[in-house]
Amino acid sequence: MVQAEERKGMTTTTRLRSPALAGRSPYPPEEGRGLWVWLEQHDGVLEGVGRELLGKGRMLADALGVPLAAVLLGNRQHLAGLVEEALSLGADEVLLGMDPLLSRYTTEPYTAAMDQLVRAERPAILLLGATYDGRDLAGRLAVRLYTGLTADCTDLSIEPETGLLVGRVAGFGGGIEALIKCPVHRPQMATVRPGVFASPATSHQRPQAAVREIAIQLGAADRRVHVLERVVHEGIDLTRAPAVVVGGGGLRGDFHLIEDLATLIDAEVGATRVAVDQGWAPRERQIGQTGTMVRPRLAIACGVSGASQFTVGIDAAEMVIAINTDAEAPIFDVADYAVVDDLFKVLPPLLAELRQAERGAV
Amino acid sequence: MLDRNVGMPGTNGHYPSTGFHLVVCVKAVPKPEEVRVNQETRTLDRGSARTEINPSDMHALEMALALRDRYGGRVSLLSMGPPLFVPYLQVGLAMGADGAYLLSDRAFGGADTLATSYTLAKGIERLAQQMGNCDLILCGEESSDGATGQVPAGIAEWLGLPQVTFVTKVSLATSANGDGVRIAGDGMVVAQPDRAIQAEAPSIQVHRELRGGHELLHVPLPALLSVATGANVPRFLDPARWTWAKKAEVTVWDAPAVAADPALIGAPGSATQVAGLEQGGRSERRRHQIHGTSTETARALAALIRGALSIERGQNEREVERR
Repeated sequence: MVQAEERKGMTTTTRLRSPALAGRSPYPPEEGRGLWVWLEQHDGVLEGVGRELLGKGRMLADALGVPLAAVLLGNRQHLAGLVEEALSLGADEVLLGMDPLLSRYTTEPYTAAMDQLVRAERPAILLLGATYDGRDLAGRLAVRLYTGLTADCTDLSIEPETGLLVGRVAGFGGGIEALIKCPVHRPQMATVRPGVFASPATSHQRPQAAVREIAIQLGAADRRVHVLERVVHEGIDLTRAPAVVVGGGGLRGDFHLIEDLATLIDAEVGATRVAVDQGWAPRERQIGQTGTMVRPRLAIACGVSGASQFTVGIDAAEMVIAINTDAEAPIFDVADYAVVDDLFKVLPPLLAELRQAERGAV
Repeated sequence: MLDRNVGMPGTNGHYPSTGFHLVVCVKAVPKPEEVRVNQETRTLDRGSARTEINPSDMHALEMALALRDRYGGRVSLLSMGPPLFVPYLQVGLAMGADGAYLLSDRAFGGADTLATSYTLAKGIERLAQQMGNCDLILCGEESSDGATGQVPAGIAEWLGLPQVTFVTKVSLATSANGDGVRIAGDGMVVAQPDRAIQAEAPSIQVHRELRGGHELLHVPLPALLSVATGANVPRFLDPARWTWAKKAEVTVWDAPAVAADPALIGAPGSATQVAGLEQGGRSERRRHQIHGTSTETARALAALIRGALSIERGQNEREVERR
């Protein structure tokens, strides 16, 4: 128990103290110029979603006729090795915010750095990947800048009449999607999940592309949280799987058949949020709006009811097969092939059939 | 500098303001699988959907209750919404929370994450005033209806508090004598690591989920955490407590009660606008149903699978559809 006596040195009270209390964003809409993409990096390695966003950002910037900037935050050593790669991804400009406090991602130094960059350069639009750190940063930064944030967009476009960024967001329940914009506050911020946009196959360095460091000032006050330990193993990348077999609530916790099927056809196992929340599958296998957006050649949904938060995750699949006992399940509206039956009856003969064919082929 | 009224009894007389004060932000949401779309009007029909405490918030509440059970202190529930949220807060009381507060005012309506995080921050400020302080604020990682996960970070920014999102474990850090707290793997060399983060204030050690891993963080209090879904198993409500909780008072605060700036709440305080609603499911699917005996179905599926993953695809699809 924390005793009052122990806390005497504490001078903080819980009281609102954000710069956002001014109730307005740092510059008016007419002064916002350019489209920024945050290129998230860890230890000098880029997150894949940054590439995807630069690909989409190029199209949006061209539609607006504005420059596209890639923004890198980190320490000098990590960023030095990334400048060439960032230039090759098609941005008009690579902007660098460097400080030793940015060696590892922690919320406050990264928020302070990006806030300073934005106030100095005044971009109209800022796009971030909806990764763990991207979401951590975006939510905090949007309030510091007192601006609007459209999170987890499944598409981005430019409204022709106004030049405003429009983010498409899946609503809950079946099939309604909302289009969100931020008319007055700047920058217009949006986050996008990894896998929503395809990584551009080829990108070309712009002839005039330039690199520029922008001075930032961070202090000890920006560093209250300390990283004691960071353990990351090679995670699976569902966005690149050629096929996924997805288990939902209908599996009642038994993923064995799904795993067997996935092994047989060289697919990755995916799961709905319900299945992950139940602890039947690890979080990194969650597909959907709050998981990963996949773009496989084949997705097989087993015992998945088909809430729109899930189905947006397989929207880019070339073919969808769904197996569910409930003929009314919304998953069948987004399936190419439907089997209305109990998956525990459907899968065993299918596995036998696939195994037989495999043996026959040998 | 110390203006926290430590040790003063709470002004509402519910309980004294000593000890660890944990605030849990909760929201009641319609069960997503029960929300239907009216295809004619293209609006959401929530009428038939049952409401529940946002599943993610249950993990935050469980974490707060477990911390209180271990270290002592109080757990306060805070929510923003219509008066019909009261029974859900009472469920939280029956699970073990000590007090419940609802921010309810028509002026709060139509809020995006900017205005919502401001309003909740004002509620926390009011709670801190009443109770002495808030040591730790816990939120669910995201709401199942909005699913943006941006409110917790927003609250932390309004209050100027350190934040950690996607937390799976928390414990109080070792004492200020500095045994065992070290900065490592941080990419920075600190000459005297123990002294460098030796805070006068109490602090916590927090596990944060990452893609394919985790990090361990040292965080001074007060702070805000968003709790990863699945971090723990929320307890059931205590039937004996429910007898009390279902009649327990939930303090309702309107905008003036928390001194909220009318320009920063509800629709006026929101930066984003809904420009339109569209029918989802953009890609057209074939919606072909496969009938037949289990053997026939297995053969058809196997053919489709082989086809999709090889080049003979078109032919196999035509065959299945002909049947």
